[in-house]
Amino acid sequence: MSAFLTVDDVSRVFGPNLNTGEKIAARLGAQVETRSVRAVSDVSLTVSKGETLGLVGESGCGKSTLGRLMAGILAPTSGTVLIDGAPVMVNGVKATTRVQTVFQDPFASLDPRMKVGDTVSEGPIAHGLTTRAQAKAYVAGWFEKVGLDPGWTDRFPHQFSGGQRQRVAIARALAMQPDMLICDEPVASLDVSIQAQIINLFLELTRDLELTTVFISHDLSVVQHVSDRVAVMYLGRIVEVGPVAQVFNNPAHPYTDALFGSVPKLVLDADELVHFDTITGEVPSPLAPPSGCYFHPRCPLATPVCSSDVPCMQSLPDMRTVACHHFKEQFAKSFGKAG
Amino acid sequence: MSAPVLSVRNLRTHFFTRAGVVKAVDGVSFDLSAGEIMGLVGESGSGKTVTGFSLLGLIDEPGRIVEGSIKLNGVELTSLPDAELRARRGKDISMIFQDPIATLNPMLTIGQQMKLAIDAHERLGKRAAEARAAELLTQVGIPSAVARLRSYPHEFSGGMRQRVAIAIALLHRPAVIVADEPTTALDVSIQAQILFQMRDLANETGTALIWISHDLAVVSSLAKKLAVMYAGRIVEQGPTAALLRDPRHPYTAGLIASLPAMATPGTPLVQIPGTTPSLLSLPTGCPFAPRCELATSDCNTEPEITFVGDRGWRCFHPVSHARELTT
Repeated sequence: MSAFLTVDDVSRVFGPNLNTGEKIAARLGAQVETRSVRAVSDVSLTVSKGETLGLVGESGCGKSTLGRLMAGILAPTSGTVLIDGAPVMVNGVKATTRVQTVFQDPFASLDPRMKVGDTVSEGPIAHGLTTRAQAKAYVAGWFEKVGLDPGWTDRFPHQFSGGQRQRVAIARALAMQPDMLICDEPVASLDVSIQAQIINLFLELTRDLELTTVFISHDLSVVQHVSDRVAVMYLGRIVEVGPVAQVFNNPAHPYTDALFGSVPKLVLDADELVHFDTITGEVPSPLAPPSGCYFHPRCPLATPVCSSDVPCMQSLPDMRTVACHHFKEQFAKSFGKAG
Repeated sequence: MSAPVLSVRNLRTHFFTRAGVVKAVDGVSFDLSAGEIMGLVGESGSGKTVTGFSLLGLIDEPGRIVEGSIKLNGVELTSLPDAELRARRGKDISMIFQDPIATLNPMLTIGQQMKLAIDAHERLGKRAAEARAAELLTQVGIPSAVARLRSYPHEFSGGMRQRVAIAIALLHRPAVIVADEPTTALDVSIQAQILFQMRDLANETGTALIWISHDLAVVSSLAKKLAVMYAGRIVEQGPTAALLRDPRHPYTAGLIASLPAMATPGTPLVQIPGTTPSLLSLPTGCPFAPRCELATSDCNTEPEITFVGDRGWRCFHPVSHARELTT
């Protein structure tokens, strides 16, 4: 299996924007706010050709930032992102059209003053995928593919419902004829009955167009449904990556286990009160993350080594990797539960 | 079963806008007993929030409750003068909103805000008020409550803020609390903590809870009773587990079947065709008919809700087969 997208030791730090005076003051030793957030911290990942990788975690864990780094929208502070061997970004500028993004909120991601047809054709015309003269037919073709009426290209975004807008956003991404799609919470803002329509469209398109996809979502059941592999993030670090079935059924990281345990499931048994395995405490501030393993203050398996040493990524025989000092104990626990 | 603390009959709340009459709530009836938790689920625009607002008498112009009855402990709320309604709001019935940042005053400490809420309905000394506030903060799981009374909302995390809002709603031990998507803005790990706690609180205090949500899974793990709304109407109601296992209304059945958790990963999901209708131009008859596979010419007239035992549905052609358990 060859890696199509390679994320190699990528970090992204967000710090305050200091003006010249503040920079000089800080250099001279004055107290200037220079705290920064490591939104993504030393992440390495690969995505194979044609594969869908799910990226899950709670808000603030860095999953959207990582998505933007992979899409070449945001420059990493260190590390590199390669697509098919070529860098996604060169000198802070996106260097490829082979990866495109679908964002969460189709109300914010479409220009309200632009006809949707123009929104979709803007990129392809600029990159010579079609001409101005043929743009209309080109866009109509993509509209048909995403299940929109091809006659609607002259309409404005406000004339569409949320689900239809998300179809327009998908058409815009696909019209660039990418090999890879980064979907950042594409169904989170949609109603439940519309979610299924968009998920089905997504499954159909990724298969027909042989797309490689990263699917970012906080909704674990959606990720489980569409992904081949899944990566779990906590406070900017990847804690576990592996095939969906293994990660969901037998989590190797205590955080994965706790996260899955706290998701409400559809309960069909009368009179049975559901037991929640709640994680104690809250996600620490990313401005001041704990030492060692970021999860240790909330972890039921934590020992002194967890607060001093950052666990490194270890490969397990079943094609997954996990960053935990105690994954063997966790495994025993997971299997105990399953059995 | 004891007499219901809250009894709603045929509630209709309409908004008289320039574009026409928006029938946001158009036929909602249910009973709620002490300590009972009812889930009210529906998609955006189905009228679940307006139902909650109607119960508290919070409907502003151009909206109006045009018909129906809301009885709280036997007292009819829809005909009460404003002053009397105000005396009950926050005391006998209170509400928790989705966004705790918007509902807490950023300029006042938590202690001051809780004191204001107490003063609205009760004369209590400073000491006693503080003790009551601290007791409730502890009850909803806020550590070192006495010290936190002097904190401002921005010093709390999102989950903690929502706990404060819950504590304020509980201050006067109301008979009913309406919770409008209170955990939607929270992370799943925090949501689980709060769900767990709310269930215990309802149990301990005897407060009845209406839990408004779009998430069937959340409601199914919390509420014994469920009402599903579509286009302003309750289309199906009954005990949660029975309703989810064996839905009768085609909309409920479609909603459950479309959940990814119900399908084999990677396979197409069952989808409900079309989109939710605009409340300004509802089709005549059953509002779900244009999206419904089972619709016939009968559906051009609006079905009334039919009850069989404790289950009710608003449909001429209810789904009849018991669904196979796939979980």
